[in-house]
Amino acid sequence: MQSSQTPPRANLAGWLYVAPLVLVLVPFFVAPILVVLAASFFATDGFGGLTPGFTLASYVEVLHSALTLKLYLATIKFTVLTWIFTLIIGFFVAYFLVFHVRNQLLAIGLFLLCTVPFWTSNIIRMISWIPLLGKEGLINQALLGMGVIRQPLEVLLFSDLAVVIAYVHQLTIFMIVPIFNSMARIDKKLIEAAIDAGASRFDIMRLIVVPMSKSGIALGTIFVVSIVMGDFFVVKVMSGGGSASVVSAFYEDVGVLQYPTAAASAVLLTLVLVAIVSLILRTVDIRQEITR
Amino acid sequence: MSAVLADMPKSDVSKTVAPATTKAIAPSKGGRPWTFYVLAALFAFYVIALYGPMFCIYILSFQDIRGGLVFPMKGHSLHWFVDLFTQVRTGDVKGSFDRSIKLAVIVTVITVVVSFFAGLGFRKRFRGDTFVFYMMIGSLVAPGLVLGLGTGLLFQALGLNASWYTSALGAQLSWTLPFGVLVMFAVMSRFNHVWEEAAYDLGASRWQSIRLVMIPVLAPGLVAVALFGFTLSYDEFARSLQTAGSLNTLPLEIWSMTLNVTSPSLYALGTVTTIVSFVVIGASLGTIVLIQKRRGSATKG
Repeated sequence: MQSSQTPPRANLAGWLYVAPLVLVLVPFFVAPILVVLAASFFATDGFGGLTPGFTLASYVEVLHSALTLKLYLATIKFTVLTWIFTLIIGFFVAYFLVFHVRNQLLAIGLFLLCTVPFWTSNIIRMISWIPLLGKEGLINQALLGMGVIRQPLEVLLFSDLAVVIAYVHQLTIFMIVPIFNSMARIDKKLIEAAIDAGASRFDIMRLIVVPMSKSGIALGTIFVVSIVMGDFFVVKVMSGGGSASVVSAFYEDVGVLQYPTAAASAVLLTLVLVAIVSLILRTVDIRQEITR
Repeated sequence: MSAVLADMPKSDVSKTVAPATTKAIAPSKGGRPWTFYVLAALFAFYVIALYGPMFCIYILSFQDIRGGLVFPMKGHSLHWFVDLFTQVRTGDVKGSFDRSIKLAVIVTVITVVVSFFAGLGFRKRFRGDTFVFYMMIGSLVAPGLVLGLGTGLLFQALGLNASWYTSALGAQLSWTLPFGVLVMFAVMSRFNHVWEEAAYDLGASRWQSIRLVMIPVLAPGLVAVALFGFTLSYDEFARSLQTAGSLNTLPLEIWSMTLNVTSPSLYALGTVTTIVSFVVIGASLGTIVLIQKRRGSATKG
């Protein structure tokens, strides 16, 4: 690292510039995490009161519960399904915008069209599926009208399907943006050279576009995985209470003031998340990627 | 997102390459390959799926008093909007709306200032910069509900009252700042150091070069940071849930409505809050385009 050779003045200036950021992140990110970590070792009186101390009882309880495994399996199922769909849609939407739309201004306009909902309320976008997927929703009405089905489909809303639909609806943008950015940086001359050398369009996709979009895919994956694994309200609302994830169980625990078990479960989840994210980070230098 | 916004003036660079490339990708003399039509269909499907449901609830919010949660439309009126702001059973919509806007403005100002300076700081390497960077990434990917609970417990342990303008403000900043700084990275990577050095050569102080050179040059990027700050705060939910104290912000109000209100007033609230978002997005993007246009005409003239 070159930082070891930086003069002390530059170090001081750098820290002065990021001081406000650090002053927010320490009390509102580092400290809360430490509080949750501490709470996971505390005992509880069952009424929300915490007794400082050191006990692994909460961890034993969480790890011994059959429910934990079920919750993690459900969370992983949602994460993997959402990841696959957001990746496929996100990749091809970005590919379309970068390589198929010839007018640069139009491409930026279409790109913005994709991003606008990101700046609106997630909850509203989630509940907006109700008039479509509900028992008397548009999709059921249409299918009944066409005679495809006789009974309205009940699996559309308040099911795992609805949960995945809501996730994909909300999170595809997190794939499109980083993949779009890395694809836009691919030098078009490279593709021309490949064509001149006799590459088929499939070869170009396989040997140039996919490898060079890797960093975008990695960044998008970090976003999608961490958001799905940390979510609780989509699971709670869209499954109609039928499914649960690790964090939605955490939410219920907090609701009944079971802070230590909730904290222990949160610490475990954070460890899992950190493991996944650092695994992804091994394939891409995110900092270099972002600052480039 | 903002990286692309900042790209706008540069589009002429890639335009020079574009004609040859499109020909190369679609060798059959300007005709489109079949993949174009497949992907265009996919794109259209995506955009329809993205906006379709949202527009359904906007339409359904304009039903009259017989209205239900699904189609078909039952009459049209503004009944549910009036209901939203006058009925007590739907909760304190007005108050939470007011709080959310105020909070979003505070968060926006802090996010812009802090992200701007952090962006300046991260341009040069300094001892410990990687640590700060990963602290920020951690704050971004940490489960919001867990962070919120930690903040709530922390305030409790310190004997402080949780409220929307203290604990919730901090919890929201832990979410908006990483986004703001990431946007600043994209903006800064396009800033030419020569301008700053020229300012120093002409005798500008550090503060003068920031005020007279950097801020005007980076203005479109700063507007993008503000857009992120405002909308992410205005719609923030998971981190506010345990930190807002006794008075709700708007997303918390919507959350409690999704659990117990089954009338179109829920949709009406969705329509109202989305209109606010659209106005903010439109104003921000408009400002960015305006600044770029002025610059374009200034350099040409």
